[in-house]
Amino acid sequence: MSDAVTDAASLLSVSGLRKSYGDRVVLDDVSLSVEPHEVVCLIGSSGSGKSTLLRCLNLLEEIDDGVISFDGREISDPRVDARAVRSRIGMVFQAYNLFPHLTVLDNCTLAPRRVHGVRKADAEARALELLSRFGLEEHATKHPDRLSGGQQQRAALVRAMCTSPTLLLLDEITAALDPELVGEVLSIVRAEAAAGTTMVIATHEMAFARDVATQVCFLHEGRILEQGPPAQIFSSPREERTRQFLARVLPPA
Amino acid sequence: MTDWSPSEHELERRRVRRRLRTRSVLIATAMTVLVYVVVGFGITASPGWPRFQDYFLSWSDAKDSLPDVWDAIWLNIKMFLIAEVFILVFAMLIAMARVSRSAWLTPLRISAIVYTDVVRGIPTILLVYVMAYGMPALELQGLPKSPFFWATVALVISYSAYVAEVFRSGIQSVHPSQWASAEALGLSRGQALRHVVVPQAVRRVVPPLLNDFVSLQKDTALASAAGVFEALATSRDYSLYNFNFTPYLVVAAFFIAMTVPLARLCDWLTARMRRRELAGAL
Repeated sequence: MSDAVTDAASLLSVSGLRKSYGDRVVLDDVSLSVEPHEVVCLIGSSGSGKSTLLRCLNLLEEIDDGVISFDGREISDPRVDARAVRSRIGMVFQAYNLFPHLTVLDNCTLAPRRVHGVRKADAEARALELLSRFGLEEHATKHPDRLSGGQQQRAALVRAMCTSPTLLLLDEITAALDPELVGEVLSIVRAEAAAGTTMVIATHEMAFARDVATQVCFLHEGRILEQGPPAQIFSSPREERTRQFLARVLPPA
Repeated sequence: MTDWSPSEHELERRRVRRRLRTRSVLIATAMTVLVYVVVGFGITASPGWPRFQDYFLSWSDAKDSLPDVWDAIWLNIKMFLIAEVFILVFAMLIAMARVSRSAWLTPLRISAIVYTDVVRGIPTILLVYVMAYGMPALELQGLPKSPFFWATVALVISYSAYVAEVFRSGIQSVHPSQWASAEALGLSRGQALRHVVVPQAVRRVVPPLLNDFVSLQKDTALASAAGVFEALATSRDYSLYNFNFTPYLVVAAFFIAMTVPLARLCDWLTARMRRRELAGAL
């Protein structure tokens, strides 16, 4: 299994990925490769498999076929230590999933301290630096429920970034936010993208995807129907399905 | 999509998964056998083991006492089943009284608090004594005087207080947003409690509830203190006549046999609820 052919230059490569729940095939023969510093945006309607794909990448789902390689090593091998892989991949969820019993600061230092063995003072210093960079320093000692949705999602982003992950997975992180809060979250992602963090992002924000993505994948019924640079996908999509989808989500020009 | 067949790679992965599973089954088996052999050896090697066998593990005494214990255990089961129904009803009423907000219900709320505080503080066996010997002495008209009746009442009183607290913790664990959305639909507080909050609360407290019911099953043996000739009393009777304690273990086996199906039922119920409600999130 370890001899699976992988693209040596890719940070992440997926080939022939299949995932089904019972009879329902959620991902079907999905292939994707992500180079270092790339920002890949997954677009497509709800239920097209974007979230499931991200969950598979983080080994939260047991896959039914295909190969996922990360940093030149197959991680879909059952013998791989999933915790070791996840400790290098950050993930942010649509519903924030902050731990309500911990303060924002403790949320951010939990993994660095318990998983990476960082000393408390160092972990807090790093977390505070990130929190203040994203305008959350005054909320560090508060519990998540005291924060607005946008603040919570920014805190969740900081939590994911505190461990300096090699790859960041963002699962529709603005879908639960009202429009005026979307900007404050996306500006963080934009800054991270500019700083060279490799990301795979499932999103409904087309303007954002067009702006930050180096590559856009359109998913339809569990397959990547079309992928390419945003300029191509958004201006001259090849597939009829892609055109229909974009016509529905993009404001008429 | 139906023409898919697993790739060579996937078949290999399944073989690996199978190997890993086999490995953990083997480890589990080996560890289990090892631990039980060591413990078993340690017990049977103890100096008093032969005498213990004579007094507690006598096959003939087990056989002799079995029919009587079998007959008597039905009394425990009957007591448990009757008590359980009343406990569930009373406990829910007490819990709902405690979370009520209405000004009219203040006396009820106070009574509920006092009730749980006082009753939970009294050892159950004391309640059994007081009920079984005290209540008949009052010579109340229309109420039976049988020890079985009053021992059951004592259990209902005692366990209602515990179970009420279990229900209340369940009710309070339901997120306030659920109250808000029920009230936003125009439901009264009572309706919100009845149709939205309590159903969710009950689901959450099934495991601790089961805990209390297993405890209740065993505490039916306390009725022996009130002179009810149930399983424990029967086996004590046998032991005192025959100088052999094996019947106690027979009774213990019966109690275990009663609780296991209850535990499995509870596991099955919770698993079904999780499957139904968390299907997308798991």
